[in-house]
Amino acid sequence: MKPGWEMVIGLEVHCELKTRTKLFCGCPNEFGDQPNTNVCPVCLGLPGSLPVLNQKAVELAMAIGTALNCQIRPSTFHRKNYFYPDQAKDYQISQYDEPLNVHGHLDLPDGSTVGIERAHMEEDTGKTTHAGASGRIHGADYSLVDYNRSGVPLVEIVSAPDIRTADQARAYATELRAILVASGASDGKMEEGSMRVDANVSVRRSASDPFGTRCEIKNLNSVRSLGRAIEYEADRQIALLESGGTVEQQTRHWDEGEGRTVALRSKEEAYDYRYFLEPDLVPLVPDAEWIQAVSDTMGILPAARRARLVELLEEGGESTATRADQVATVVDLGLDDLVLAAVAAGVGAGLALARTANEAATDPPAARQIGPRSYVALLTMEADGSLTATQAKAVLGEMLAAGGGDPAAIAAARGFEAMSEDSLVATVAEAVAAHPDEWGRYRDGEDKLAGFFTGLVMKATKGQADGKAINAELRRLRS
Amino acid sequence: MTSPAPAADLARAVRSGSRSAADVLDGYLAAIDADEEEIHAFNLVTAGSARTRADEIDRRVADGEDPGLLAGVPVALKDNLCTRGVATTCSSRILEGWLPPYDATVVVRLRQAGAVVVGKTNMDEFAMGSSTEASAFGPTRNPHDRGRVPGGSSGGSAAAVAAGFAPVALGSDTGGSIRQPAALCGVVGMKPTYGTVSRYGLVAFASSLDQIGPLATTVADAALLFDVIGGHDPLDSTSLDRPTPRALSVLDDGVGGMRVGVLTEFMEGASPDVVARVREAAGALAAAGARVEEVSVPVVTLGLSAYYLIAPGEASSNLARYDGVRYGLRVDADDIVAMNTATRSEGFGAEVKRRIMLGTYVLSAGYMDAYYNQALRVRTRIIEGFDAAYRSCDVLLGPTTPTTAFPLGEKTGDPLTMYLSDVCTIPSNLAGHPAISVPFGAGDDGLPIGVQLLGPALSESTLFKVAAVVEAAAPESPAPAGGGRS
Repeated sequence: MKPGWEMVIGLEVHCELKTRTKLFCGCPNEFGDQPNTNVCPVCLGLPGSLPVLNQKAVELAMAIGTALNCQIRPSTFHRKNYFYPDQAKDYQISQYDEPLNVHGHLDLPDGSTVGIERAHMEEDTGKTTHAGASGRIHGADYSLVDYNRSGVPLVEIVSAPDIRTADQARAYATELRAILVASGASDGKMEEGSMRVDANVSVRRSASDPFGTRCEIKNLNSVRSLGRAIEYEADRQIALLESGGTVEQQTRHWDEGEGRTVALRSKEEAYDYRYFLEPDLVPLVPDAEWIQAVSDTMGILPAARRARLVELLEEGGESTATRADQVATVVDLGLDDLVLAAVAAGVGAGLALARTANEAATDPPAARQIGPRSYVALLTMEADGSLTATQAKAVLGEMLAAGGGDPAAIAAARGFEAMSEDSLVATVAEAVAAHPDEWGRYRDGEDKLAGFFTGLVMKATKGQADGKAINAELRRLRS
Repeated sequence: MTSPAPAADLARAVRSGSRSAADVLDGYLAAIDADEEEIHAFNLVTAGSARTRADEIDRRVADGEDPGLLAGVPVALKDNLCTRGVATTCSSRILEGWLPPYDATVVVRLRQAGAVVVGKTNMDEFAMGSSTEASAFGPTRNPHDRGRVPGGSSGGSAAAVAAGFAPVALGSDTGGSIRQPAALCGVVGMKPTYGTVSRYGLVAFASSLDQIGPLATTVADAALLFDVIGGHDPLDSTSLDRPTPRALSVLDDGVGGMRVGVLTEFMEGASPDVVARVREAAGALAAAGARVEEVSVPVVTLGLSAYYLIAPGEASSNLARYDGVRYGLRVDADDIVAMNTATRSEGFGAEVKRRIMLGTYVLSAGYMDAYYNQALRVRTRIIEGFDAAYRSCDVLLGPTTPTTAFPLGEKTGDPLTMYLSDVCTIPSNLAGHPAISVPFGAGDDGLPIGVQLLGPALSESTLFKVAAVVEAAAPESPAPAGGGRS
């Protein structure tokens, strides 16, 4: 970001709801099936068909509203009219001026807060594939349409223009994704398109200036491309303004390969969607009882889960400031249950968190597959000294690769046995005797040489010694 | 006094085994053979499947089963009601070749009651019109005078019943499309309360106004059909989840003590012979014990204007799906927009295009509030106006149409004049209220006249009750020229 400028960013996130069936019909809501197999008269928009609202989808939408601290209120559906072949009825049923969820906010791990203007329900379109060089509908040799996705329930979450940096945008998308997963509303897979992010970006010289003209960026398929696209777009707008030009309000496409945004259409070319109240549906008026029931059945949200880990660290007398990243990683990957289980079994919170954030996090699905029981058994062996840290990591690596296993058996098979105290004392003594100069300097207070001796002992024992025990022995000899 | 019910009588005969469904069907198919070529009530006569179906009904009766209230009764269906595997065209080129993969809810219910579908009836394209001349497959002729229109848009269904091609039929009514042709063809036609009959499988014209209803030769048959097709349907979100008023069982209760209001505004634009017939009907109700008075609901005169903003607005959206991509007509062109345009240019007729353009305009940014939203406000005022009237009377009485059937071609060049023929029927659609047209003698030209009864939401029982009294008092109705009933 160029000094002297500020970005203003608002994000629009579409997420597919994890319902069994589609929003207005009984067709399966499944990704990856044979094209045009999960379809019926309703989601194909056949003449005479009518939509019937899926109550489960409403509940998941309300769960999102609850998780984002929104007011949940009576709402209506409108028709958004435009012609496109993936749109079975040539209109999309969407909530317009009376959305289900309004006026919420999302607290980010760094302590900042982003306002949520609305989170409304709508149906997804089908999916087009354009054959030919352009890859777009214009100039295509032919186009194929798969209506399996047509009518899949979506919630569009619109943030306030409260985001000021690309990092904050990334944090917002990451946290929102974690909330969607935790609330059970969506699987939040950006790569499969079940979570899609559009960014509205503008720039201004100072925080007291009015907002600049914004551009909307589409086709952001990962948190990484979101950040890159925002940075590129802000730089583009700043360069324009600094050279005396003006920013034109546009919809722009992020080209991941080229690393740049390209204009799709300008404001003048924007569609007139001719929104009007959908006459085939009745107003959606959730009562207080229903809203409460949804809130009661919702999973624990990431912010609360992070707070729980921090609390455990504090109880164990561990530093929390330096471990914020580990806490965020573990919660974001949904591995905090493993940490909680280990702490409950008596493992220190610091150790449990470190192993989970550093090792288990390299393969979260495998870590979940290992399950709390074997995982806790392993950490207990490390905690009580039957395995050194190095050994424990090796055993865990094997468990992750295999998706499970008995840590004691793996340790035995590898010949890992913690060294006896006598043999540790002897090995340390040998190392000290072999390097009298270094020992002298260590004795005189050059503490960093502890690492030198630890390395020697580790080498001599092929990693079977426990680093902490070596340090303790070195300190004992010096005193 | 018992209201005549030829369709109910047929069903009774078939259920008791005294007459076979096949025999009943043959009589109607013979009438179709004799006159259909000239009348053109049907887009498709399903004689083959009807015979199979009639035989099945007869077998079931022979096996001791009861096929239901409409056992063996031939029914004609307006061609905007989806029939599984049977062409459903809405009298439009754009749906050419489309075979619905499903049945409309009303079709399912008719079948469950033992009815036999004899064909799909002609209509104004997508139900947009008042004469059935706006059909891509040519006009239907009025059985009473083959040089005149049958009305519309359910002109094929009304003509089929009037010509004796079927004892009963279903139509759809968005601004009078059941009642107006019923009046012009001298049959009974009824538009139920919005939400009492499922719209699932009715190809939409204007979703907030469309309602399916019966056409029959008598009030009792219309009531029977209404009882069969009505009731909650989970497939239609606007279907009312409450008991449908029962029509048949109250028919002979009479009108003693009932308050009937003659609606001043409807009388004002009607021709003198039509006004005279309505006054006669009012006299008959008074003679039967009702209290009759003049009632004014000035706001109903705004109905026509509001309707021609709301209905085209919804239609422009409902008809967007006919884009050549998935089904029906496709006219190939260089790219998608050109294909969409060519398909719609060729597939839709002039009246449909007119309404799509009008509707697109009234929903456009910058115009919506002045037109569409203003029309919605008028709609609310019409509901309020009716509510006020129904505080002092139980039903309203007036003409169904301002005139008798007009000659073919007379109004096709002047859409606004054509639109005026629905001036008395549109307000009920805007209010969502039920209304029924009952034949009541003839005009100076010897052509049928219909009187209309209007009631508040869910007043079907009352309406049928009053209609039965009107029917019993009606002067001898003119018989269709040529063609006979079985």
